[in-house]
Amino acid sequence: MVDNKEKFAQLRKVIAEHKDEPGPLMPIMHAAQEIFGYLPMDVQIEIAESLGITLSEVYGVATFYSHFSLEPKGEHVISVCMGTACYVKGSQAVLDKLSDSLGIQPGGTTKDGKFTLLATRCLGACGLAPVLTVDEAVHGRVTPDEVPAILSIYED
Amino acid sequence: MIIYRSHILVCGGTGCTSSGSSLLMDRFEQQLKLHQLDKEVSLVKTGCFGLCEAGPVVIVYPEGTFYSRVKVEDVDEIVSEHMLKGRIVRHLVYHHETEEKEGQSLNDIEFYKHQDRIALRNCGVIDPEKIDEYIAFDGYKALGNALTKMTPQEVVDVIKASGLRGRGGGGFPTGLKWQLCKDVAGDKKYVICNADEGDPGAFMDRSVLEGDPHAVLEAMTICGYAIGSDEGYIYVRAEYPIAVNRLRIAIHQAREYGLLGKNILGTDFSFDVHIRLGAGAFVCGEEMALMTSIEGNRGEPKPKPPFPATQGLFGLPTNINNVETYANIPQILIHGADWFRSMGTKRSPGTKVFALGGKINNTGLVEVSMGTPLRQVIYDIGGGIPGDKQFKAVQTGGPSGGCIPESLIDVPIEYDSLVEIGSMMGSGGMIVMDEDNCMVDIARFFLDFTVDESCGKCTPCRVGTKRMLEILDRIVSGKGEEGDLERLEALAESIKDTALCGLGQTAPNPVLSTIKYFREEYEAHIREKRCPAHHCRELLHLEITDKCRGCTACFRVCPVGAITGTAREKHSIDVSKCIKCNSCIEKCHFDAIIKV
Repeated sequence: MVDNKEKFAQLRKVIAEHKDEPGPLMPIMHAAQEIFGYLPMDVQIEIAESLGITLSEVYGVATFYSHFSLEPKGEHVISVCMGTACYVKGSQAVLDKLSDSLGIQPGGTTKDGKFTLLATRCLGACGLAPVLTVDEAVHGRVTPDEVPAILSIYED
Repeated sequence: MIIYRSHILVCGGTGCTSSGSSLLMDRFEQQLKLHQLDKEVSLVKTGCFGLCEAGPVVIVYPEGTFYSRVKVEDVDEIVSEHMLKGRIVRHLVYHHETEEKEGQSLNDIEFYKHQDRIALRNCGVIDPEKIDEYIAFDGYKALGNALTKMTPQEVVDVIKASGLRGRGGGGFPTGLKWQLCKDVAGDKKYVICNADEGDPGAFMDRSVLEGDPHAVLEAMTICGYAIGSDEGYIYVRAEYPIAVNRLRIAIHQAREYGLLGKNILGTDFSFDVHIRLGAGAFVCGEEMALMTSIEGNRGEPKPKPPFPATQGLFGLPTNINNVETYANIPQILIHGADWFRSMGTKRSPGTKVFALGGKINNTGLVEVSMGTPLRQVIYDIGGGIPGDKQFKAVQTGGPSGGCIPESLIDVPIEYDSLVEIGSMMGSGGMIVMDEDNCMVDIARFFLDFTVDESCGKCTPCRVGTKRMLEILDRIVSGKGEEGDLERLEALAESIKDTALCGLGQTAPNPVLSTIKYFREEYEAHIREKRCPAHHCRELLHLEITDKCRGCTACFRVCPVGAITGTAREKHSIDVSKCIKCNSCIEKCHFDAIIKV
């Protein structure tokens, strides 16, 4: 486990690398999210202070883009594609089934911190619609019936 | 140099990677070594072949044998039979039920027969991670010609003469765009590639970046030379990790070969490219918002003018085109404007890539000449609608486009003709819908998307689309009122007239086009509280018909105990308890349960 001090050292290194290039904020925030897994307030403060901009600017950017998260995510992130191709092939039913099985709404994380459920934009794998991803793994042509089997892979 | 007798091409696009093509690569490598064929047979991981439906796809040359849905277990057989003994493994060869004869090679397959591939010409042909393969297919030839034999104005003139129009959706003439930026005085200008492909159901830009990244780099460099810029940015979605990785490799290789960086090909011209990652905001596909985002701000659009050509990125003159537009540039310079004009129509020359998806047999990526009728794309290339279902509509242009009904599918596809029938080209998503899709719900789906993605800067988009969504939500849940359609139309018109950017101005299109062509579906929802497609949950109930044999399968699967009955007698459903989860329909062996 990398401790927080180590993570902040990494963050400062990234900031130093990007600081002098034009438009450094987005690349730094991408890297920060990579390091911490999300963007906690003290990380945003650190970024704002090092770049000499206000915290509200950093917070404004962090909340504008759906890729940036202010909350820690679960151990496994399940993303159900809600692009048009997946939607017309029934991805809503898959999302509903997951929501029921996990007892959380899309965007939420289970109490045990095991799963985060997201409804996501088109993943571009429309040939496999409806598609969901668990972390990096892609599951294609999913039906609601298959949800328990998919969850059981990650459950123990 | 080793001469190989055979090439095995494995698709490494996102679709095939998702269905396991990287495992195939490993197995092939191992098997070829085992049979000591690794010096005779070359194994290539390519970009997308386009026919994602049949993935993972493997093609063997020189025969051009097209193997589809290949599993890891099949690899041993392909190697031992085809590679070792020269016998094609018949049962793995792609064969579609709609085709009479078995398509053995690429050119026999209906899906490819009707296509003209310019932007996709190298996708699925070369290894995108090797610059030498791109160069072997005339790569960087156009750049060499431009830098050594042409003036910047001559380059712009060729692009203007070709009639190429922006493939990102707007259809603005590319040559004119370059000219405007070239004519602005300034020491520092930027070239941007818009790879923030946000339209749901469109993935052509991703496929070009994954399958032929050097084509985009070459074109951006040519553009830099033409307009007088030495620096470019590619703004690409963070959701496309394979594309980003291949771009990074391509940029690195191009720098090593002196095709990016200082004094390109020994000339005075210098140009370099940076990658910037998007962060999941649809509005950043709008050019002004995209530039604001690169600058490190919330990706909000700005009013135009000033246009990017005069005040773009960091306030400096900027040319911005999308991925597919750039992918056409080197080919136009090599073959000339007349060659390009020989394809497509007078108003829209060249080809367009479409992502076919939804209720269609051959989902995937196709590139056809402009002017091809929608019917040909859907039936001849796409192979029609699966499962004897009735075609209902095709949606083009994503959240900015509209739904085209069957009566209009003989319309030739070009920018202007699609706008005339209330849709638009957009970036090229084409989603086919059948009788089971409710058009009111589809309109609601797109509005939901827009409301979620609206940046909030201007009121018509932020508030107006929200009000429209509320009305649609009411209609699909059976609470529609007389006058709702008129209210939707009035709101739509004022949003179109007053929103700040393209996202807002086009957001009402899915609603307007469905009202125009499927008004009776809206009216059925509002007046009869009925969903003709039997899709909207709150407007339907389940019924058991006389086909029921009393097998109790539905009875046992129902999660809420809504089904009652005894064995061997017709069961019944208590509609007040039923949650319409459809579990019983899936379980019934006799098709005895229907939605009404």
